[in-house]
Amino acid sequence: MANTNGLIHPLWVRITHWLNALAVIVLAMSGWRIYDASPFLGFSIPAYLTLGGWLGGAIQWHFAAMWLLTVNGLVYLAANVISRRLFDKFFPLSLSGLFGDLSAALKGKLSHADLNQYNTVQRTAYLFVMLDSVLLVLSGLVLWKSVQFPLLREWLGGYEAARRVHFFGMAGLVAFAGIHLIMVALVPRTLLAMIRGR
Amino acid sequence: MIKKPKQLLVPNSEALVNEALKDLGQRIEQPMRRAFLQRALSLGGLSLLSGCAVVDEESVESALLKVSRFNDKAQAWLFDPNRLAPTYPESMITRPFPFNAYYGEDEIREVDEASYRLEVTGLVADKQAWTLAELRTMPQETQVTRHICVEGWSAIGKWGGVRFASFLRRIGADTTAKYVGFKCADDYYTSIDMPTALHPQTLLTLTYDDQPLPPRYGFPMKLRMPTKLGYKNPKHIQAIFVTNTYPGGYWEDQGYNWFGGS
Repeated sequence: MANTNGLIHPLWVRITHWLNALAVIVLAMSGWRIYDASPFLGFSIPAYLTLGGWLGGAIQWHFAAMWLLTVNGLVYLAANVISRRLFDKFFPLSLSGLFGDLSAALKGKLSHADLNQYNTVQRTAYLFVMLDSVLLVLSGLVLWKSVQFPLLREWLGGYEAARRVHFFGMAGLVAFAGIHLIMVALVPRTLLAMIRGR
Repeated sequence: MIKKPKQLLVPNSEALVNEALKDLGQRIEQPMRRAFLQRALSLGGLSLLSGCAVVDEESVESALLKVSRFNDKAQAWLFDPNRLAPTYPESMITRPFPFNAYYGEDEIREVDEASYRLEVTGLVADKQAWTLAELRTMPQETQVTRHICVEGWSAIGKWGGVRFASFLRRIGADTTAKYVGFKCADDYYTSIDMPTALHPQTLLTLTYDDQPLPPRYGFPMKLRMPTKLGYKNPKHIQAIFVTNTYPGGYWEDQGYNWFGGS
């Protein structure tokens, strides 16, 4: 993806990125309210962090934003594959590269001079988010329509197991978002690039 | 959860006052609930869109309701009339099976079997009311299925009764009609789509765990649908009607999704 005009993120990446951010915020906050209706892990999420006001409102938000996440995610993945950006930007991956970049990052020595190049930690994290989002959509489908998707339900270990998968999938996504925001704060140019494209 | 206020009544005037209160109560309570819903949704809307100075909260709310209606259609389209919900061995039954209603366990309604009649109205050929004894003469079947609550939890139970499709055919219901509605002795009401009403696992249940349905699980009868969430499964059913006019439901009118399928 070498660009002559200095474009780091094409327009479709920026649009799908911000739509995805909106969908994830709505889904996470409304999802926490839904979790609070029957908190199976023994703790509740503070109401002020949740969206929807009550269970019925939270479900309305959740089951609206799920379409945004899914449709936007499919557009992103399709464009990523068709443009070959997926293969150019996120591969190759190697364990030694991951550990090397990780230790460099922790020592503060990982270079961000070229925003066009994702280091191995970034590649791994972004690929994790893609796969985790797919898992969230699939486990969400089982929770929403467990009778209508029997193969998916059995593959995830049944309805109750799918609840756990969905929750921990969310936890993974929120953990990523937290680290992602810290990284953006450390290298603010990346925020500008995701807005302006360069 | 919204709980119904307790009504303290003189016993002999109970029936009369009850009737009046029921009419009045629905008129008073519904707008209050709606106001509650609006407030609740608005708060959520505000916290989300707090960056914007002017937010038309009502339009956010009506947009969410439109998506909910769209989700009804999506679920009707996904619903496969021949796909069965999983069944389980009796060893997996959840004991005790949880009680759940819009009121607490101390307010469970007691229905008198001797005077009980199931009313059947709307688009049906035979509008004669049914006694429990008559319903027990119809072929009975049992199922051990998972009840999934809109709150997320689930529990496995064993219900027995009359296949609802057989009952609808027996009373000559117009099975091309859109909705089947239910009115219950605990003032609950709900409605379902005809394809779900005709699903082979939709049972008009008279027993729980091989015993006559106890009051806490909906005596004298509960409609059991393992293809729908718990709030779609009415208990203490007093009247069943077939209609093409959208009847709504107790929770559905407050914002729960109408189709509520699983």
